[in-house]
Amino acid sequence: MIRQEFSRADPKRRTALDPKKRQFAPATFQNVEYKHRLNFYVTPPTADITLEQFEQWAIDRLRVLAEIEACSFRNKNLTETAAHMKPLLDKYLPLTSSTSNSAATQIERQKDHYSHFILRLAFASTEDLRRRFSRAETTLFRIRFQDNDSRERQKFVEGLNLDLEIVSDEERREYAEELRAAGGGFPKRIEEESYYKVDWEKVPELIEHRRVFLKGGKAYVPGREQLSMVIAEFTNKLDKALETTSRALPRLDEDDRLSPILTHLSQNFTTPDANYSSSSTSLPGADISARNIDTLSSSFPLCMQNLHRSLRRDAHLKHFGRLQYSLFLKGIGLNLEECLVFWRGAFNKITDDTFNKEYRYNVRHVYGDVGGDSNRRGNGYSPFSCQKILTEHPPGPGEAHGCPYRHFSIDNLTALLQQVGVKDHEVLKGVKEDKEKQKFHLACNRVFEYAHKQEIKKVRDDGTWGAAQLETIVHPNEYFKRSYLLKNLGKNPTDGGGDVKMED
Amino acid sequence: MSQAVSSNVVTDRDQNNMDNSQMDADGGMSETAGEPTTRTPALDQTMSSTRVPVDGKTSTEVTITPGMKLEVKLEDLFADEESDEEFPSSHNQDIMASSPPEASLSPVRVEVPSKFSDSDVMNQFYKRLFPWRYLFQWLNHSPTPTTDFGHREFAFTLQNDAYLRYQSFPTSDLLRKDVLRLMPSRFEIGPVYTTNPRDRKTLRKSSAFKPLAKELCFDIDLTDYDDIRTCCDKANICIKCWQFITMSIKVIDVALRDDFGFKHILWVYSGRRGAHAWVCDKKARQMDDQKRRAIAGYLEVVKGGAQGGKKVNVKRPLHPHVARSLEILKTHFQSDILQDQDPWETDAKYERLLELLPDRTLNDALRKKWSSSPGRASTAKWADIDALAKSGTSKNLDSKALLEAKQDILLEYTYPRLDIEVSKHLNHLLKSPFVVHPGTGRVCVPINPKKLREFDPLDVPTVTELLTDIDEWLPPAEDKSEGKPVADWEKTRLKPYIEHFRLFVATLMKDESDVKGKREREDAMEF
Ligand SMILES: [Zn+2]
Repeated sequence: MIRQEFSRADPKRRTALDPKKRQFAPATFQNVEYKHRLNFYVTPPTADITLEQFEQWAIDRLRVLAEIEACSFRNKNLTETAAHMKPLLDKYLPLTSSTSNSAATQIERQKDHYSHFILRLAFASTEDLRRRFSRAETTLFRIRFQDNDSRERQKFVEGLNLDLEIVSDEERREYAEELRAAGGGFPKRIEEESYYKVDWEKVPELIEHRRVFLKGGKAYVPGREQLSMVIAEFTNKLDKALETTSRALPRLDEDDRLSPILTHLSQNFTTPDANYSSSSTSLPGADISARNIDTLSSSFPLCMQNLHRSLRRDAHLKHFGRLQYSLFLKGIGLNLEECLVFWRGAFNKITDDTFNKEYRYNVRHVYGDVGGDSNRRGNGYSPFSCQKILTEHPPGPGEAHGCPYRHFSIDNLTALLQQVGVKDHEVLKGVKEDKEKQKFHLACNRVFEYAHKQEIKKVRDDGTWGAAQLETIVHPNEYFKRSYLLKNLGKNPTDGGGDVKMED
Repeated sequence: MSQAVSSNVVTDRDQNNMDNSQMDADGGMSETAGEPTTRTPALDQTMSSTRVPVDGKTSTEVTITPGMKLEVKLEDLFADEESDEEFPSSHNQDIMASSPPEASLSPVRVEVPSKFSDSDVMNQFYKRLFPWRYLFQWLNHSPTPTTDFGHREFAFTLQNDAYLRYQSFPTSDLLRKDVLRLMPSRFEIGPVYTTNPRDRKTLRKSSAFKPLAKELCFDIDLTDYDDIRTCCDKANICIKCWQFITMSIKVIDVALRDDFGFKHILWVYSGRRGAHAWVCDKKARQMDDQKRRAIAGYLEVVKGGAQGGKKVNVKRPLHPHVARSLEILKTHFQSDILQDQDPWETDAKYERLLELLPDRTLNDALRKKWSSSPGRASTAKWADIDALAKSGTSKNLDSKALLEAKQDILLEYTYPRLDIEVSKHLNHLLKSPFVVHPGTGRVCVPINPKKLREFDPLDVPTVTELLTDIDEWLPPAEDKSEGKPVADWEKTRLKPYIEHFRLFVATLMKDESDVKGKREREDAMEF
């Protein structure tokens, strides 16, 4: 029933198969029987599918993964994500349980299997794409694993042969206190839990958060943490496979029917924050210059205002702070010359010589003025998105970068907000609740809406801005751009009126 | 503004970061640029039955927008001049403090040079004192040269501050020769790569050039303690604040050995105000970034930036690692913190302590007591907390919450503050042991974790002192060495440090050859 050979859609090329490769070429027209609902994606698909299926299945899975990524980036926890994803999964990537035993089950599982491998091809090309793909696939697996019926799940896990050594009763008694302490006080009686002893490398996630007892390189993993071990194994296998695929990629461009599809797929795996091109920031008529930054800073999001204030207070910023702030300034349209003037002026306690030696190069690098070919070609780096600021490099002692909504204590956050003029009790209370629920972007957008209440009302009422232009802000530069435009309604010299159009 | 200084030389360093993040997309570039095109054969593994391309087309069409791919790893770009490498004008202070005053009057002493990295001083040091052979064995894990050494990256900082990355050497002799030729003020050690780092540009795909292995490293620096250290600040240190490093080494060392099972841990003084650890076990060297991150996370207890509020928030019951650390740190807290640092002496400072305590009524009582006796010692203040708590000042006092808060405070003031980025990444470079710190002139000597109490950073010899040691050395009256020539380093105060290193390296090499030999024997049994 399935006519085209997987990933070699052009029949003219069939004869060109290298005989040496033939032994590795899987037997064609072979259909796999899918025993389990879950799949570790160890074996690549071998049966043929049509080009239309190839594309459609991949697009369906891509929808799912992109939405999963969007959830993570809106700080939804696993339960929230699973609830959010349920209708989408039912529609695009349904997987019924083995008990239903319908004919559709095998087709569903085949689609799941193939679409995973097609996207692997599309996303193996760069480290960044591999990382994102692996993260989203792992979440998908996790949702399905938890959703699975427990007997089916157990059968699947047994089939994995994870090589688990059971901790003996004597040993369990000997380390009862440590095991309980590592388990957050559980179980109350040590006999109530069984433990596996595994190399700590198998459960890096449990190690990182100190959730297991560790001795002599072995992690003592309680039975209830089985999921962690399975997930770690899943991610581990997938990451290795992606590496392998990335090295095998060049041989694919012979197939000119697949390349455009794969390219298209990878380009569509973007979240709103993934990129912020400086061309879309241009604000006609705005005075974006070193001497005007103090004035402009009233339109900066709190993270950048905090960096600006720290910089003015200490005449210094540590390196992640400089990086985050320089990129932001580049993003608002400050050119390299002005940016150098700005930093030179701000670091007013050091000599020209020190500045040139220690800092000048970094600023130029941010702008792609120096560095390797690729840096210069790409005009340096993109400004950080909220996701990046929220999830990477939390600030250490003495550092001012990061997101104040996330990285400040509630008292210090409230104090900072009051300093920048947010004194409304309701808003501060809302921010506190957002922070407690870890909805940091909500807090930031709440403050934005408060600070631009009148202007937003105006553009809404007169219809100059649509819903798309007012959706949740997920990038500091978007915050600035929107704030600047709102505060300068009607002042734009190029159009002379209030008809400000946003490009996006 | 004066002209930019040597910034162009750093280009190479940044090129690397780009290469790592660029992967395939860069493959085609080397061809258009007309560079040599040594091609690696297309790789065998594939998922499907597609053909190997023969037309030499390099990269795939699968690309992403420029902004996206450029975001990777750029944090590495910002050279961390906040770390140990600054040259503050105050650096002469600790040098003077360490030399006995009369010594500088002695005519035989070498003049303290304006800069410790002066060429002829460095020349003498590298030629006569640097332990090249042991450094080689340390990185090579075997007496005969292997790719463990040959594909290892070295990075030189030259006298004019130019920074040369991707240096590599087949043998220790060639490394020594190049160091003597270029006379770097210091050099760093990076990972072992898949291929020789010098050949990286001739590879068809930059993704074929990857870091494979490196020791797991830790970096502890006293600047991260500036908010709680009262005796010194910035680049300055004394034996009092050095205790922060001492307690850190104790806590980290035992966790790495007992919990993770590592055996070969080398602690090294960073030359000014900190220490580095190199975990050299084969298992540690081969870890990917995820595993490094896991260990870093396991060991990280003090979190949060300048405005983060309470910096320690550990779960209860305490994880065995935290509980053990607390035990180790208790005595240090009493003597090194409460007595020597006296962190809550003034009004402004004890407010910081009160912020961390949970009971408002108790806090009010403490504030009243302390404001009426200005300058009351921190030891007394710490005791006041329990005394007032017991007196029943606060009716609804939650004594468990108070105990936990006190434990958290203890940890905030004593638990190691690691520069975690150094530990998380396989391809991070770290200053080599035994190089000279250009600011202080002190040699980055190993620290014996069994003799932590004896280590005083201000006693660590400077390069000029060592050269004087050689000049002043007299052969023992009775020559017991039976004609065996005495190496220059044996005539100096460097001797115990090099001996410690030699023993460390020998143990490491023995372990590796045991494992290798065992595997070879097993392989032989197969046939
Ligand atoms: Zn001190």
